[in-house]
Amino acid sequence: MNAPFYKYGLFQDEVSLVVAFVIGIGFGFFLERGGFGNGRKLAAQFYFTDMTVLKVMFTAIVTAMVGLYYLSVFGVVDLALVYVNPTYLLPQVLGGLILGIGFVIGGYCPGTSCVAVSTGRIDGLVYLLGIVGGIFVFGEAYPLVKGFYFSTPMGQITLPQLFNLPYGVLVFAVVAMALGAFAAAEWGEKKLGSRIVEN
Amino acid sequence: MSTLARILHLDKTHEVHIAHVAQPYWNPYLSGIGLGLVLLAAFVVMGRGLGASGAFSSLVATGLHAVAPDHTTSNEYFTEYIGDGTQHPLKDWLVFEVLGVFAGGFISGALANRIKPTVEKGPRISRRNRLLLAFLGGGIMGIGAKLARGCTSGQALTGGALLGVGSWAFMLAVFAGAYATAYFVRRQWT
Repeated sequence: MNAPFYKYGLFQDEVSLVVAFVIGIGFGFFLERGGFGNGRKLAAQFYFTDMTVLKVMFTAIVTAMVGLYYLSVFGVVDLALVYVNPTYLLPQVLGGLILGIGFVIGGYCPGTSCVAVSTGRIDGLVYLLGIVGGIFVFGEAYPLVKGFYFSTPMGQITLPQLFNLPYGVLVFAVVAMALGAFAAAEWGEKKLGSRIVEN
Repeated sequence: MSTLARILHLDKTHEVHIAHVAQPYWNPYLSGIGLGLVLLAAFVVMGRGLGASGAFSSLVATGLHAVAPDHTTSNEYFTEYIGDGTQHPLKDWLVFEVLGVFAGGFISGALANRIKPTVEKGPRISRRNRLLLAFLGGGIMGIGAKLARGCTSGQALTGGALLGVGSWAFMLAVFAGAYATAYFVRRQWT
């Protein structure tokens, strides 16, 4: 079996849009299942009262990472054909900081706000309008920030390449780190008690 | 579940009410596994991950192009999303994926009776101020996501699972930024 299927030409662009819609349904479904359509539940992560964001996010990362690793070990997926975002270190760190600030002020991130909108959250809809405004501002300011936007380029570099370690070792390290984080999250929630009422 | 069972038991004569009881969210690890399998499916089928903010860039660029075409095509950033005109800018992978996210969220919410018009906020803030902060937060998020070349979906989730260096740096920065700001907006949430 040769995967990624799209990269091997198993289907064309038109079909890929149908695939996109179906994958999006799965994405939105599980976001909502986890409570990510609720800004109050998301924000609670940053007050240590409900660690759902950390648990869902790291479980998802570990699941996809381990799955992809084994599929590549067994020769099903060619890892080299899976697109890795190039690293521009400083703009990504500053962008991350800004995004984190926006997250706790607004209560959502772009993906979760879509789920908030489709489950009736008015704050989610207003937040989405804010995103549109923010993107417009960034686009208009682009000539001014372009230099910084392309600063500290490192190419499509991954952690195994950075540390010069085998891919499997990094996979194992992330799994171990995630398990540690889950244990800490469970302990912390028990200690502080969840002040957020479900729904 | 025990709550639901109790309601079912006590409320036998008012079945209409039962239909409106919102179910609790799934166990976070179960939701996470589901999300991870969707992401894995994207890797295997498409050779790419998930995203969200990119779709809104396409939307902004398209809208702007309709209102002020010359201005938009003179802007390097928006031109990227408009393309060379051979294909409609909204005929884009991420745009269709995000349409799916809206649909998937609705399906899950509807199945669990969780759809209701509401404003999520703590008890100490007015509706109006919450909506103002939602707009402000969205604006800040939009700028941050564009500067970082992606948001929690495209960078943290997708790049995280692919062990991208910039994505992991991004993810740590997101948590740092949010935790550092949480104290100042505590009246909104707690």
